[in-house]
Amino acid sequence: MNELLLVVTIGGERVALPAAAVESVVELDTLIPVPRAAPHVAGLSALRSRVLTVIDCMRSLELGTSDCSDGIREAAVVEFDGHHYALIVDLVEDVVEAMSDAQPMRAAMGEGWERVSLGMVDTETGPLLLVDVAALIAGAAEAKAA
Amino acid sequence: MDDLIADFVAECREMLEALGGEIVAWEAEPDDRARLDSIFRFVHTVKGNCGFFEFPRLEALSHAAEDALADVRAGRRHPDGHLVSAVLAIIDRIGEMIAAIDAGEEMPAGDDSALIQALAPGAETIAAPASATVVEGQPRAASSPRTIRLSVELLDRVMSTVSDMVLARNELARRLRESPTEVAVDGAFERLSAIIADMRDAITRTRMQRIENLFVGLPRMVRDLSAELGKQVLVDIEGGDVELDREMIEMIRDPLTHIIRNAIDHGIETPAERLKSGKREIGILAVSARQSGNQILIDIHDDGRGIDGKKLVAKALDVGLLERDEAAKLSPREQLALVFEAGLSTAKEVTSISGRGVGMDVVRSNVERIGGIVEVDSKLGQGTRMTLRVPLTLTIIPALTVSIAGQHFAIPRSAIEEIVRANGESVTLEHLGGAGIATIRGRRVPEVSLSDILGLKSEVDENDRRLIVLRPAGGDLYALSVDRIHDHEELVVKPAAPAVMATGLYAGTTLADDGSPILLFDPAGLAQVGGVKLETQERSARVAEGPATAASKSTAVLLFRALDGSRRALRLAVVDRIEEVPATAIKKAAGQLRVQVGDAILPLAGASDAEFGDGKVRLFRLNDGAHEIGYAFAEVIDFATVDNDIIHAEWAGEISGVSLINGEPAELVDAHWLFANHVGVMARTAEQMICRLPSDDPWMQNMLRPIVEAAGYQVVGDEHEGHADLVIAAQGDEVAGDAGKTIWLRTDPDAAGKKDESIYRYDRAGLLMALKTAGAGRGK
Repeated sequence: MNELLLVVTIGGERVALPAAAVESVVELDTLIPVPRAAPHVAGLSALRSRVLTVIDCMRSLELGTSDCSDGIREAAVVEFDGHHYALIVDLVEDVVEAMSDAQPMRAAMGEGWERVSLGMVDTETGPLLLVDVAALIAGAAEAKAA
Repeated sequence: MDDLIADFVAECREMLEALGGEIVAWEAEPDDRARLDSIFRFVHTVKGNCGFFEFPRLEALSHAAEDALADVRAGRRHPDGHLVSAVLAIIDRIGEMIAAIDAGEEMPAGDDSALIQALAPGAETIAAPASATVVEGQPRAASSPRTIRLSVELLDRVMSTVSDMVLARNELARRLRESPTEVAVDGAFERLSAIIADMRDAITRTRMQRIENLFVGLPRMVRDLSAELGKQVLVDIEGGDVELDREMIEMIRDPLTHIIRNAIDHGIETPAERLKSGKREIGILAVSARQSGNQILIDIHDDGRGIDGKKLVAKALDVGLLERDEAAKLSPREQLALVFEAGLSTAKEVTSISGRGVGMDVVRSNVERIGGIVEVDSKLGQGTRMTLRVPLTLTIIPALTVSIAGQHFAIPRSAIEEIVRANGESVTLEHLGGAGIATIRGRRVPEVSLSDILGLKSEVDENDRRLIVLRPAGGDLYALSVDRIHDHEELVVKPAAPAVMATGLYAGTTLADDGSPILLFDPAGLAQVGGVKLETQERSARVAEGPATAASKSTAVLLFRALDGSRRALRLAVVDRIEEVPATAIKKAAGQLRVQVGDAILPLAGASDAEFGDGKVRLFRLNDGAHEIGYAFAEVIDFATVDNDIIHAEWAGEISGVSLINGEPAELVDAHWLFANHVGVMARTAEQMICRLPSDDPWMQNMLRPIVEAAGYQVVGDEHEGHADLVIAAQGDEVAGDAGKTIWLRTDPDAAGKKDESIYRYDRAGLLMALKTAGAGRGK
């Protein structure tokens, strides 16, 4: 059976997240900022009495800042290392089936994308970049420190 | 005791169940190290617990099996077929006995010596006993309280459902407020709310336990152990009110027991050895629990012989655990950490109490399994400190919610000393070189602003903020200024994501009643980020008193200039406080100088009668616990410590010696001589003073009374007719009868105005001060 992928848009780019990692897709309304935390940590939110750490994917990729002013953002909820995170994305599109395993990308990508890329997968709607959830959560600062 | 036994039985049953498969596998493959270890752990645990519960037969069996298995582990013996079956026979017998204990029956009759003998190398293979099946499903004794064992996962699910229910209730409450409803609906909703709150409390409590439940058995265990070993051990337990997840408590029960057994068996010496090495006969074992950030720290500290890191290394080389070149590179800390390696011990003889250091590898694996750490620190000849750090997941913390720039945060209440208003009457706030200093009732503490730490802009003027005086675990006081203080709440704290924890400011996250997340601060982290220098205080000063510490050179003293101009120092501990009296209060009477302070007459030292003019005289009030004397002086220079050698005086007298303090010589005043010479003639100061408390006020009777009694008062009720030296009453109440002095207590933290002399009833320092001054100024 082929892997299922969640297609989302981050910074205007259609990318794929491994659907198995994603618990649910939610619309965030409350967002409590975390002073002094790394910039890509947009804040905290709550989902069914669990605290979600909200990650701004745009910032994590150093593509700018997601606009949270209108209040409601779409986000993919993932669990990583025992903690729950909500990844803010522009848009959640669909779940598609991967038609191939991830292939290494040989063309040069933006620095942020390079860091989170797991390679390229073929789908019915064309090739998509497969994104590493853990790298998104780690953000830019940690990758540089490491 | 009964529930402890029930726990023991349940634990053994669980282990037996888990072991069922292992035993069979071990039989097939006796060389399998992992299986051997888990069987070994089982008999070791049983042995440990039986010693505590007095099941001698179980103990003998498990000890014998442990011995044999230890030999196998150490490579001294090969696990052959009949050793395996002998061990299995013993495990089966243990199972039978546990079933019997569970059912409350007599132990199955029989002799265990055959089983034990079968373990000996070269023994005949014995026939498996006919009754070698674990008796399952015995009816329980009807009298024991009905309990069931639930999986924690199920409890978690119930808890999360209840939390959801609370959120749904809040939502409903909001909707109800928005639309007009009938009174009957409101009433029903109120009832529902109350029930949900109760339920939440109950379900929360199913998971939480005070660590006291774990500590309560320790004194008995220590007593029994030390009696058995012919040692004298005093156990000092602190922090029993720290709350911990029930599961966590169960997980640290064994490690803690093992560590304490080790401390008494291997750490603390026999009274004779202790005397020989200049210690007190009685060893001290201090066990304390406290919360630090998002962890619970449990310290087990003994003042015994300590661990010899070099011996450990030598042993590790012996057993082949270490290569020689590796060993050379180990730091002292790493050397000590070897104590947690399997099969390593420096103890010469093997005892039935803690065996051969085997406990420690089990301890470490148990603690690490729950995400904790165990650390060891030891000074040869002085003692060993073991620290268990376990995470605080799902721990309920009483916390204070505060806000800054409109955002709410929580601060653990355990770290809060007091709360004052920045512009309150006894508080001044100054800025020196950009650093804030708050002076609260004469005490200077560093002040940091939460808005600066967080980089948030506060719309509240600095003078309208509140100061929270915090004492981080093991650190010094500092004041944190916040915009507003909201509420005391009990919060269920969960660890935050690593990206959040990386700030160093937070101990975890929690959900407020309205379902929004709140960050919980780590007071030590705040101080660090805020740039406050914290000096960690060592507990050892308190733990180790007595002749042994005479050798320890650092003593806190008060440096002052005497009336004759000489530079002198007095040990800080004997100085009660500083008084100022008119020179006329000093008289020569009954052969010596005496000073009148209040209506007490104290002998006065430090002066000859010629030196007083008409002005005021300042004096130290010294207290040895029973008597007081005054000591006149000219000025206080500083607080200091005596780090240098003391050159002792040749003659006994007021000055015991001289030492360099802060670079200049100072005479050390011999407080003992002072008391011996000035008090000898004086009778005990006064009869007990009487304090009247309202008998019908439960707060006064339950909370206040112990403090008042500890301050030396005899407490009487309203019905007391005679004279009372002191009356304590709630603000606004009438005070009748003959009263010397009255202390008013208010429930509001802030005074109504400058003229309001009442004391906030949780201002402990203020209360104690008032109690003392009331006693001193008696009859004025």
